[in-house]
Amino acid sequence: MNLKLRVWRQKDASKAGKIEEYEAKNINPHMSFLEMLDVVNEGLAQNGVEPIAFDSDCREGICGMCSLVINGIPHGPDRGTATCQLHMRKFKDGDTITIEPWRAKAFPVVKDLVTDRSAFDRIIQAGGFVSVNTGCAPEANAIPIGKHLADPAMDAAACIGCGACVAACKNASAMLFVAAKVSHLALLPQGQVEKAARVQKMVAAMDREQFGNCTNQFECEAACPKEISVSFISKMNQEYLKAFKGDIL
Amino acid sequence: MSNFLKSSVGRKSVMAVTGLLLFGFVIIHMIGNLQLFLGQDALNDYAKHLVEMPLLLWPARVVLLAILVTHIFVSMSLAKENRVARPVRYTQGATIQASYASRTMVMSGIIIFLFIVYHLLHFTFGKIQPQFYDQLDAEGRKDVYGMIVYGFQNIYVSGAYVTAMAVLCFHLSHGLQSLFQSLGLRSNALAPLLKKMAVGLSLFIFIGNTSIPLSILLGFVRMPGVGR
Repeated sequence: MNLKLRVWRQKDASKAGKIEEYEAKNINPHMSFLEMLDVVNEGLAQNGVEPIAFDSDCREGICGMCSLVINGIPHGPDRGTATCQLHMRKFKDGDTITIEPWRAKAFPVVKDLVTDRSAFDRIIQAGGFVSVNTGCAPEANAIPIGKHLADPAMDAAACIGCGACVAACKNASAMLFVAAKVSHLALLPQGQVEKAARVQKMVAAMDREQFGNCTNQFECEAACPKEISVSFISKMNQEYLKAFKGDIL
Repeated sequence: MSNFLKSSVGRKSVMAVTGLLLFGFVIIHMIGNLQLFLGQDALNDYAKHLVEMPLLLWPARVVLLAILVTHIFVSMSLAKENRVARPVRYTQGATIQASYASRTMVMSGIIIFLFIVYHLLHFTFGKIQPQFYDQLDAEGRKDVYGMIVYGFQNIYVSGAYVTAMAVLCFHLSHGLQSLFQSLGLRSNALAPLLKKMAVGLSLFIFIGNTSIPLSILLGFVRMPGVGR
């Protein structure tokens, strides 16, 4: 396959970036999108051009490191798939593909297509955990958890924290990420004690990072490589209102 | 409480509650208006009763205005933050599943606000078409029926009302389902039902309210004793 790439190039956070055009020639349709970029970068390096910087790690769709907004859609056109699992056969020979970084004030560009997603880490630090006394590992079956709770908790826990929800949101809101983390712990018995304080702290941390506000358009759910449901946002809103119940009423 | 009202989630719940209350008013207002079809006597009688209850009417007006102002100001603060949250926009944007109505809520909201101003100037303050405003009926009551019938016989005035109702219907089709999500009441099981309910109620409002100017324009409703 031969493709035309329009790629966002930006030296660092302080410099202005712009779209540059590159040719991707002799691309094997069985390559992943990232492998295609590796091939393009090899060519650029040989010609003395600075290779395109992009994030990747496991390349098997579970680490949440890869990103890229491909033709306006985070992780590209394939639903429920991270960029590393997106194959070039999803494109047609001769296509022009536009590649941009996640766009959000809270995710500043580090270089080219690499963004700083540490805002998510700070949200987790604010309350995305369960406090336990250290010691021996507890007996695994000591706390029985019903399937009706374990299943949705696992669905929420599938979030890999890639930030596609923010990138896809018309308002760069982080509600789906925060909701997945809040719901995951709020559903399990271990998360009950800190439930109210957790949702308050995590929403406050999210707002501090200057993510936008949810307008219930559900672009996040459609872009999520793990197909996390927006019903968790409803769940988080409910937890938040419950946490402030005493103050409101 | 102040933390709650400063937070994104808290303000979204304020949008949901004020939106729901405003929708409640739209329903009540429509039921009141539809008494036009019961004839001049019934409508003018209803209007007379309303203004004869100032202790009910004025607090209702003040509360309603406060709800509307809250809805507008909170939406402005949220929308402003949303713009700030993405300083550099995508050179090639895309929409995966967001509805057109959901993407134009601010615009439809502004149009509805302008319509409210126009509507108040028209029927509440009598600044538009003042010739129909201060007429009395045979029994000496304010002739609200005549004001509406003569008013809507003007195709431009009717057209403005029908257009505004289409925009309102559009705004409600997103708002009425969105509010359940903001209040934490939506689940995947309920989602299809909420969507149908929102679209159904929006159409109900559109058909109910536009039936008034349309039946007047088409001559189904006219002044008593006037032939076609």
